[in-house]
Amino acid sequence: MSTDSAPAAQESDHPAFHVPPPGLIALFLAFGRMSLAGFGGVLVFARHAIVDQHRWMTADEFNETFALCHFLPGPNIVNLSMVFGSRLRGIAGGVAAFTGLLLPPTLIMTVLAIIYTRFGDAEVLRRSLAGISCAAVGLLIAVVFRMMAPLLKRMDVVVLIMMLGVFTAIGVFRWPLQAVLLIAIPFSIAATYVMRRKAAA
Amino acid sequence: MSSQNPIWALISTFGLMSLFAVGGAAAAVPEMHRIAVDVHHWMTEKQFADAYAIAQLSPGPNVLIVTLIGYAVAGIPGALAATLAMCLPTALLAYGVARLLNRPSQSHWPALIQAALVPLSIGLMAASALILAQAIDRSIAALLLTATIAVIASVSRVNPLWPLLAGGLLGFAGIV
Repeated sequence: MSTDSAPAAQESDHPAFHVPPPGLIALFLAFGRMSLAGFGGVLVFARHAIVDQHRWMTADEFNETFALCHFLPGPNIVNLSMVFGSRLRGIAGGVAAFTGLLLPPTLIMTVLAIIYTRFGDAEVLRRSLAGISCAAVGLLIAVVFRMMAPLLKRMDVVVLIMMLGVFTAIGVFRWPLQAVLLIAIPFSIAATYVMRRKAAA
Repeated sequence: MSSQNPIWALISTFGLMSLFAVGGAAAAVPEMHRIAVDVHHWMTEKQFADAYAIAQLSPGPNVLIVTLIGYAVAGIPGALAATLAMCLPTALLAYGVARLLNRPSQSHWPALIQAALVPLSIGLMAASALILAQAIDRSIAALLLTATIAVIASVSRVNPLWPLLAGGLLGFAGIV
């Protein structure tokens, strides 16, 4: 699992739009690389690698694929690796991309977990981690605001109520996720359907 | 405290959770917190907050906080079991759905469902932020740091690594 086997190959800057589909090892390495670059999330790096660097997909194809993975359950970018890989190389390609995305960071995480268990009580490490936690939550708040911006701009009352409702149920009352979603998802779909009907009429 | 095999508990917990985790890993954090800290007592409040920090700080998808939870429960086998249980079932589901949707027949339902899920997923992410902030920001200085970084990252396109590093240094210096 170390750095042996075939050289990374194809750092292609082909101007052509139809690049031949990459091999399994190239897929594995590409996803491993974008995963290891992805501090604080992989999406930005994934789009850069797939669309700009390797030209394996056009921007529109990437958007469609990501939209699909976003509305399916599970970690988006992990879903994306499987869907993207299998589109190019069948199920084996999906597995290659999935493994490339997850294996290297999982190994790193496991090592960090071991270090934490050994030295987690060391006061300096605790203090540093506490500071990092504060920063990480600040970053999360910023992402939420960025995502909220278009919804706030549209001032769609039903949408804002749904958002606030889920926030209150989970964040303030700490109700279980499954129960909340079981009620909120059908309700939101019905509300969206009715609103679109009205808009169309 | 359960008498059942902890690996199986991890697999069933995260396998099930992933199927309901619409909106990505950040949206599932409150549920992970509820299960790991409140229900199973796998981790303390502090350990969970630390795990979140480590997951944010290290490369790779942020969902890998489950690797750390799995390790806390059952060592290396636990780490691998939790990671696969959280990632593989939904990836296979996505594979199946993508194949189905790639067939030509066009329907407006996928777009409608996606639009309906957007406010829910943002609400979930906001809840994650609140729960984590309550667990972490126990001092005025900590609260100020979180608020400052939230503002800076909202108005600028700063590389996330720098705020994390700054937080680590401030913590190291004993300021927060």
